[in-house]
Amino acid sequence: MSDFNKSSLSEIVSLIKSKKTSSLEVTNHFIKNIEKSKKLNSFITTCFEQSTENAKNFDKKKNFDGLLSGVPLAIKDLFCTKNVKTTAGSKILENFIPTYESSVTNNLWSEGAILLGKLNFDEFAMGSSNETSYFGNTINPIGKDLVPGGSSGGSASALAANLTPATIGTDTGGSIRQPASFTGTVGLKPTYGLCSRWGIVAFASSLDQAGPMTKNVEDCALLLEAMSGYDKKDSTSINKKKEKYSKNLNEKIKGLKIGIPKEYRVDNMPKEIDNLWKKGVDILKKSGAKIVDISLPHTKYALPTYYIVAPAEASSNLARYDGVKYGYRSKKGKNLIEMYENTRGEGFGNEVKRRILIGTYVLSSGYYDAYYLKAQKVRKLIKNDFDKCFKNVDAILTPSTPSSAFKIGEKTNDPISMYLNDIFTVPVNLAGIPAISIPAGQDDKGHPLGLQLITKALDEQKILNIAFAMEKGIGFKQSLSRWWE
Amino acid sequence: MEKDKFDYFIKTEKNNWEVIIGLEVHAQVISDSKLFSGSSTKFGAKPNTQVSLVDSAFPGMLPVINEYCIEQAVKTGLGLNAKINLHSIFDRKNYFYADLPAGYQISQYKNPIVGEGVVTLDMPYGSKKIGIERLHLEQDAGKSIHDLSPDNTFVDLNRSGVALMEIVSKPDLRSPDEVNSYVKKLRSIMRYLGTCDGNMQEGSLRADVNVSVRKKGEKKFGTRCEIKNVNSIKFMEMAIDSEAKRQIELLESGKTIEQETRLFDTKKNETRSMRSKEEAHDYRYFPDPDLLPLEIKQSFVDSLKKKLPELPDEKKDRFIKKFKLTPYESNVLVSEIDISKYFEEVIKNADIKLAKNWIIVELFAVLNEKNLDIKDSPVSPKNLASLVNAISSGEISGKIAKKVFEIMVETGGEPSKIIKEKGLKQQSDPKELEKIVIKVLGENSDKVSEYKSGKEKLYGFFVGEIMKASSGKANPKLVNDILKEKLKK
Repeated sequence: MSDFNKSSLSEIVSLIKSKKTSSLEVTNHFIKNIEKSKKLNSFITTCFEQSTENAKNFDKKKNFDGLLSGVPLAIKDLFCTKNVKTTAGSKILENFIPTYESSVTNNLWSEGAILLGKLNFDEFAMGSSNETSYFGNTINPIGKDLVPGGSSGGSASALAANLTPATIGTDTGGSIRQPASFTGTVGLKPTYGLCSRWGIVAFASSLDQAGPMTKNVEDCALLLEAMSGYDKKDSTSINKKKEKYSKNLNEKIKGLKIGIPKEYRVDNMPKEIDNLWKKGVDILKKSGAKIVDISLPHTKYALPTYYIVAPAEASSNLARYDGVKYGYRSKKGKNLIEMYENTRGEGFGNEVKRRILIGTYVLSSGYYDAYYLKAQKVRKLIKNDFDKCFKNVDAILTPSTPSSAFKIGEKTNDPISMYLNDIFTVPVNLAGIPAISIPAGQDDKGHPLGLQLITKALDEQKILNIAFAMEKGIGFKQSLSRWWE
Repeated sequence: MEKDKFDYFIKTEKNNWEVIIGLEVHAQVISDSKLFSGSSTKFGAKPNTQVSLVDSAFPGMLPVINEYCIEQAVKTGLGLNAKINLHSIFDRKNYFYADLPAGYQISQYKNPIVGEGVVTLDMPYGSKKIGIERLHLEQDAGKSIHDLSPDNTFVDLNRSGVALMEIVSKPDLRSPDEVNSYVKKLRSIMRYLGTCDGNMQEGSLRADVNVSVRKKGEKKFGTRCEIKNVNSIKFMEMAIDSEAKRQIELLESGKTIEQETRLFDTKKNETRSMRSKEEAHDYRYFPDPDLLPLEIKQSFVDSLKKKLPELPDEKKDRFIKKFKLTPYESNVLVSEIDISKYFEEVIKNADIKLAKNWIIVELFAVLNEKNLDIKDSPVSPKNLASLVNAISSGEISGKIAKKVFEIMVETGGEPSKIIKEKGLKQQSDPKELEKIVIKVLGENSDKVSEYKSGKEKLYGFFVGEIMKASSGKANPKLVNDILKEKLKK
């Protein structure tokens, strides 16, 4: 039996396809890993019976040519999965079992993948450390006192710990890229509209985007290919032909122009990150790319803009969790209003409440123009910054995060410092363009750090190719002792 | 009673008050499926049987615009002579209520699909133009049912997500009569277009009524109150009258009007406060990020314009010119598309003058009495045409025709058959008639002498007796000729 812990998603797919192993064997391997890894708390729900059943059924198939033949995958618990509990990391949906399957996960299953379970994350994807989950915080396999990042922290943790060969997350302001950076994995936020939002519990509709989280760039291309695609059930979905990212993946980036934005050189950034950035530049140069200094002048407004737009949309998106139709309902309260108040008061955690309050405030009459409307205008300026730059450069290189994984509890009482963690990732969401984080090295504590590549909309192939080239140049290696088992 | 001058002012001892009214009409779009989901919109289904995951706001569900509803809204806009906005935006109107599953209603706020337009009313004092401020598309909410249980409220989401057009008038209406005429005109236009069935019993058409008052001659508007959700024209008229009087009473006793939302209590015939301005919801409107701005092409609008049916105003003009109807008759006959269709069907093969009278007088009386739509008329256009022809050909008299018509109403039968079976054919044989005349005069020789000695009033008595003797079938013209002849001798 192969050691699937060392195998990439692509390798497992070809092993199953060539019948060198079976879906069941792979599935059992990951189930065993998961069972031994409860300490990480990366899962909210497992569905092993269903997984093995599906694996057995897969193995009975004579011909199957899907992109993800028989591969078991664990999924962020924000994707609705038919007949499998979907909690959004919240008490308010603690026992919610959807009767429907999200379009993205449906795409995975039609390519032959099998659901292993649902992964922990920050409640309603609101957080950067996985500490806001109602189901307890997830541990980063890099170190037992470290957060895995957020919101897709359970996904990153499970991936780094080999509890799933690859996974998917959602990224509203960095929720894929920051945890990828914190765990030494690859995470891509695609162009807004590339992956359908249908069936994903909404946080901030104009920013939410699902994307792949993998061990390497090749897997990332494969998983993106599997999960993306036009969906007429999502009005913001982009109607275009599906691309063959993995087939077209190559490291030929000679002559490409890469921009280095000066605004991403923030105060108090650790020296190691700066060095890492330089290392990235060197690697790109060696691969034949041209480095250009660029400016994205409105970058400093991105974070405040984000923390107006995202909470505004969230305050409205989360209004449906009212105890009337499904989900948690408080038993207290003498009338409808009191039932609402108690249900939402008891059902939502503090971070979610904080954002609902901010969002409600910025949309209120008398404040709308000063906050929401202005934020929309700044958002446009941020997008224009990128549009302008992409007339001259093919991609932009920045650090993924201003620090490596921080300690559990370190920032829980300081929301602003927590929000600052998204400083490099948020502009991309506001502009609706793709960005990838790839592991680029470690700091002196041995904690991984990521670099981020950004391109214009729908340039996923280019972003993957550049990342692929950089990955080779960097030669990042991570070997974990499996201390948590 | 027709008046030739507008005079709806509320007179008190001190003043003469003018009433200012603006309407927000909510018209349900005729469409098989809802505005943002594929669920059926059929009325009267069992509770919660026409509800999709989108309508009930399940996590991760997204709205997708129903293009047919866009078409319907544009058509309605064209029917209101309004500006069609090629770029419009769907917004979320946020508030909590048990029958609003998402916690917001998708509506259009700053950028509606239809802009300013105009509707022309035919009032007894002349035609009056009522400005349309805008028309926008929005979803209906579900229904909360409070009276099924003392402890529980039930929610039916069948209506949730059904497409409504909100048609906002300018404050151009000045009396309950004008409101009556305006709502009927709107309904008529939408029925012509096939965009709203206007069925008020089923809630397809309802209105929020804004009322304010000012002293006659004043230019500034008074503070208005909005009476929510009035679902019949009669109630609208009553609500306006009672609300205007309430406001006048307050103002004349030195108090001020608070801008607020009120409800009309149909049993007490009065409005009562629902919520004050301070309690008004802050709906926190913002563009729905799940839906892209709605862009439509001018060519799409033009193609709909080409397909537009003849609307009431055009039809009215045509009827006046082509069929020589009076404006009043024409108005009545075009007021409902089905009436105009009925009329045009009848006059294909029948005398226009007779036909229009039979429809406006006799048929309408029956429909009114039986509370029937013309579509459900027991007398088909074809049968009414035969009846009219029987009269014009002299086969039956107008009087007999009424008898035949009564039977047609009861049985739905053909007039020719009824005339034959009941032997109602007019007696037009001069010899037979002469016999009757001689017989009647013989039986009344004393009256004949009186007549001859100058009591000419008795002529009518003889006619009556002759008609009676012929069971009403005698041809009146022949009877006249023969009778005059006989009385001369």
